[in-house]
Amino acid sequence: MPTFDLQHTTLRELNQALHQVKPGTNETHFEVLNPRGSHAVAVGVDGDVAVTVKGSVGYYCGGMNSGATITVEGSAGPGVGENMMAGTIHIKGDASQYAGATGRGGLLVIDGNASSRCGISMKGINIVVKGSIGHMSAFMAQSGNLVVLGDAGDALGDSLYEARLFVRGSVKSLGADCIEKELRAEHLEILQDLLDKAGVTDVKPSDFKRYGSARKLYNFNIDNAEAY
Amino acid sequence: MCGIVGLFLKDKSLEPRLGELLSEMLVTMTDRGPDSAGIAIYGAPDTGRSKITIQSPHPEKDFQGLKDLLKATAGDSLTVHIKATHAVLGVDAAKAEAVRAALAAERPDIRVMSTGDSVEIYKEVGLPKDVANRFDVVHMAGTHGIGHTRMATESAVTTLGAHPFSTGPDQCLVHNGSLSNHNNLRRELKREGMRFETENDSEVAAAYLTSQMAHGKNLGQALEGAVSDLDGFFTFVVGTKSGFGVVRDPIACKPAVMAETDQYVAFGSEYRALVNLPGIENARVWGP
Repeated sequence: MPTFDLQHTTLRELNQALHQVKPGTNETHFEVLNPRGSHAVAVGVDGDVAVTVKGSVGYYCGGMNSGATITVEGSAGPGVGENMMAGTIHIKGDASQYAGATGRGGLLVIDGNASSRCGISMKGINIVVKGSIGHMSAFMAQSGNLVVLGDAGDALGDSLYEARLFVRGSVKSLGADCIEKELRAEHLEILQDLLDKAGVTDVKPSDFKRYGSARKLYNFNIDNAEAY
Repeated sequence: MCGIVGLFLKDKSLEPRLGELLSEMLVTMTDRGPDSAGIAIYGAPDTGRSKITIQSPHPEKDFQGLKDLLKATAGDSLTVHIKATHAVLGVDAAKAEAVRAALAAERPDIRVMSTGDSVEIYKEVGLPKDVANRFDVVHMAGTHGIGHTRMATESAVTTLGAHPFSTGPDQCLVHNGSLSNHNNLRRELKREGMRFETENDSEVAAAYLTSQMAHGKNLGQALEGAVSDLDGFFTFVVGTKSGFGVVRDPIACKPAVMAETDQYVAFGSEYRALVNLPGIENARVWGP
């Protein structure tokens, strides 16, 4: 198992090694020591490898990930999993602002809380937050699922498109054009699948409420012309 | 982008190391602000005494004979401690205003960085590492301090445009962000009699808080007022004689991380700034 101690090795060496992983390699598990809040740890990995980071990371950890299973045994700074395409990122601590922003696929699991703008502009990623999320989360979110076991802050799902938002706790306020919607059988199925994948066993899908777009902002309404 | 750090020591045994810990935090934030840096250090106050930290673009000229020049105003107890472009004057508290007036009249190029019972402010243009070395921050002791690394956006890269900004006794502010209503607010505060040294937006925020506290608000209330009266992006760390406070605008896009242990409360724009603090592995870490 290749081990990179970021106190002695540069971040560039780590990321280059991760980018050079070839299909069929036996080196499938990387360990990163002493990240000490470094930015851009394990970004743009497209090989099918596991990366375990022993400590807290800074900005953009696992950004553009398209194959790796990244586990952070600590907290993550802003933009964890930004524009992720596939694979899994698991943060065992908390995540800062805009976790999973613009993500197109894969699964981002945050054991603690996520800060503001979690899942902003998400485009297909699945995000499971076991704690609570901050204000303006899922702003302009287009597709994918955001599952929150705790509470959501102000302006959840403002200007939302077709992402599904599931919140088990309270929602401080809903953003423009975001409304509560009926939790149907197909949603219970999606929820159960994501809870299973995130390793959550003690929570029932029926405990959640679903929020989605009222679809009133999709098209320009001529009656509003004077507002601009 | 700018970098902010703050450190409040609960454990007295760390006080001799305040400068060392704070400068390490500051230097780590160089990526966020390489053009200027500054710190405010709060030491134990001496009863009845005041400190005036001054700065001059020509220290060799302006600081020469300063003690003799001010003796008539300040008396024999005056102390002058020169550190590069800055100097700290120790004066009887009752004579502090008179000393300031004498300085303004006799050495007009001298700028007052801070006044108060315990604060000293040092700031300069240049890399944070060089600025910290210049003032020998590593060897400064104290109870708490805040620091700033600047990437200028709103006004020129000058010594006076660097942070922290102080506009009231023992009060100072560092800012990451930019304000959009600072010109109007500056006009209003000038009418109230506040003094400004620069065109900088952050100085207006410092003056605003000082003015609010002069009207009887405590730091917490003044910071709450800032959220509605200041328009723009901001994470502020505000130092006072007894500690520091943090406030962020409602959008809160300018980063902030805090950590607390039995020994200290620390603030950093990024977690990276905190990683060398003792016991950080077991600290409670959160975003304010």
